[in-house]
Amino acid sequence: MISRRDFLQASMAASAIVGASGFGNWGRLAAQQLLTQDDLMQFDTFGNVSLIHVTDIHAQLKPIWFREPEINIGVGGNKGEVPHVTGADFRRLYGIEDGSASHYALTHDDFVALGRTYGQMGGLDRVATVINNIRAARPDALLLDGGDTWHGSYTCLKTQGQDMVNVMNLLKPDAMTFHWEFTLGSDRVREIVGDLPFAAMGQNIYDAEWDEPAEDFLPYKFYETGGVKVAVIGQAFPYMPIANPGWMFPEYSFGIRDQHMQEMVDEVRGLGAELVVCLSHNGFDVDKKMASRVTGIDVILSGHTHDALPEPVLVGDTIIVASGSNGKFVSRIDLNVRDGQMMGFRHKLIPIFSDVITPDPEVAAAIDAERAPFLSELTEVIGKTADDTLLYRRGNFNGSWDDLICEALIEEREADIAMSPGVRWGPSIMPGQDITREDIYNVTSMTYGKAYRTEMTGEFIHTIMEDVGDNLFNPDPYYQQGGDMVRVGGMGYRIDINQPIGSRISDLTLLKTGEAIDPAKTYVVAGWASVNENTEGPQIWDVVESHIRKKGTVAVAPNTSVQVIGA
Amino acid sequence: MNFTRRDTLFMAIGSAVAAALPLRAFAAVEDDIAAFTGGAAVGTEGITLIAPEIAENGNTVPIEVSAPGAVAIMVLAAGNPTPAVATFTFGPLAAAQSAATRIRLAGTQDVIAIAKMPDGSFVRASQEVKVTIGGCGG
Repeated sequence: MISRRDFLQASMAASAIVGASGFGNWGRLAAQQLLTQDDLMQFDTFGNVSLIHVTDIHAQLKPIWFREPEINIGVGGNKGEVPHVTGADFRRLYGIEDGSASHYALTHDDFVALGRTYGQMGGLDRVATVINNIRAARPDALLLDGGDTWHGSYTCLKTQGQDMVNVMNLLKPDAMTFHWEFTLGSDRVREIVGDLPFAAMGQNIYDAEWDEPAEDFLPYKFYETGGVKVAVIGQAFPYMPIANPGWMFPEYSFGIRDQHMQEMVDEVRGLGAELVVCLSHNGFDVDKKMASRVTGIDVILSGHTHDALPEPVLVGDTIIVASGSNGKFVSRIDLNVRDGQMMGFRHKLIPIFSDVITPDPEVAAAIDAERAPFLSELTEVIGKTADDTLLYRRGNFNGSWDDLICEALIEEREADIAMSPGVRWGPSIMPGQDITREDIYNVTSMTYGKAYRTEMTGEFIHTIMEDVGDNLFNPDPYYQQGGDMVRVGGMGYRIDINQPIGSRISDLTLLKTGEAIDPAKTYVVAGWASVNENTEGPQIWDVVESHIRKKGTVAVAPNTSVQVIGA
Repeated sequence: MNFTRRDTLFMAIGSAVAAALPLRAFAAVEDDIAAFTGGAAVGTEGITLIAPEIAENGNTVPIEVSAPGAVAIMVLAAGNPTPAVATFTFGPLAAAQSAATRIRLAGTQDVIAIAKMPDGSFVRASQEVKVTIGGCGG
């Protein structure tokens, strides 16, 4: 039995971190024996308001494997602070027993062994069961979706997000904010948003021409719940036109705009808000900084950086909740609001163990209906992983999925060097598992997936590496974009994360010859996900599929070509 | 230096009487500042500069500056070949001493605003604006 103590419940009055109980011997079907649905969802309803937070689902309708990061380095004031704590250090920090269900769900090590014990996570039909359970206890609980919902799978790409819209509508969210949704193109976003039965919000979504709030989105919305007047303010991903192709949504401008956030908080307080919630796609470190600069926000529901934290982080009087990604978790936050003040809270990061939580039949049927027209394409087996190869992505530097994609780019496109974007989405594949077309799309699908092949000088390659490195390791979170380091194939390098831009990256080495990269020399570089318009080349998923098909069984050796200094 | 509509787009805020006067093209930022302040000490309170942390497009970066009571505000882009952007002067009937414009930035650099107050004192605000290649976001 999983102890309810395993997943932390805290209150302002008496916050407590207690050790978890162990789980004895593992074996097949252990998940069902050790965990029960009732225990996973157990929660003593508290106060008068309940918030339910899901974020960064990345179109994962079905349960998945998803290994959390091994390398997640914090810089500046965030060095060693959550979420920049991983593995055993993370478990010690939160009192999580080695080998426990929480170990498997929240940390990277022993992923394969524990995964075989506890099974896949996620599945929107299971998420629906948890949401229904919370609503049974608190019928007017607010369901808030932090965005990155309409992106990340075969069916989502083929239906331009409609599969996710249809299934999420069954869950009846109250509000949503955005990031990858905009890569569907602004016409499509407006088409969907125009019909949404809930609020589409972002106080930082501006009209690019006039530099004033865009009319297509709400900055905030009021909700009356538990007799409390709650204002939810949206905060979309601030760096959309920089991190993603701005030409796909040229009418819009974003940015953090924390002065405007303060104006919105002051405005809703002036209109009588007793509880102010920010539904954010800033990323965790940006949310921490924003909480220190904007006063009057009670709760920030944080998305974008895919962190799953068993308890909120307190900055001033603001609690920041991080709810993971890919449908692995649902956060429930119960709040006691009296006389316009948050008096206390109780929180639980609910893990969606797919073998333990019963799927909601209506949502399960809807998911299968969305997939039915594509089922033969989705399930076609392209190859399999070797018995010693786990494919994963999440982490500051190359994951094994990225190494495989870079290998595919180099071999299929006859390049010296490959570059693959440092995105944080993309489920894992277990050793000895079939790789289907769906699995390949899960780590590559996007509306700008063409694989370019171009020539770059050594100097320009260095400039790109420095630029992306600063987007990740700038000591000021407001200058970070929330992605990981660009993944590189065919080239090794050294990165000293504590140096300023221009001085972090050194020892660029062309792996096939062992020679240093010459700044003046030209190299053939293959990559994908360019933000430039009119990029030409085959789609990346076709490149990867062709490569895996040729290999049959893919084995990825540990990557030793990136040397990290100053972590 | 020429001010073209392509590079800058001026918007008067409220009923502010804002006029943009091109500065003479000094080579160095320090020279521009010295010319504006006459070498006087510069404080930091009472001026607000709003600029994006990371520019969405370095060719047209929206900035906004306000300094209640100021008689003039000078804006500099410290890393541009010609740092001087504009000096906004406010007459006694101006209802608000603020201005918004868009500027072109050659690369990552500090944007600096210095306001001259009616008592002859000066205040300064600055912010780094990063101009990046982009891509690869989460």
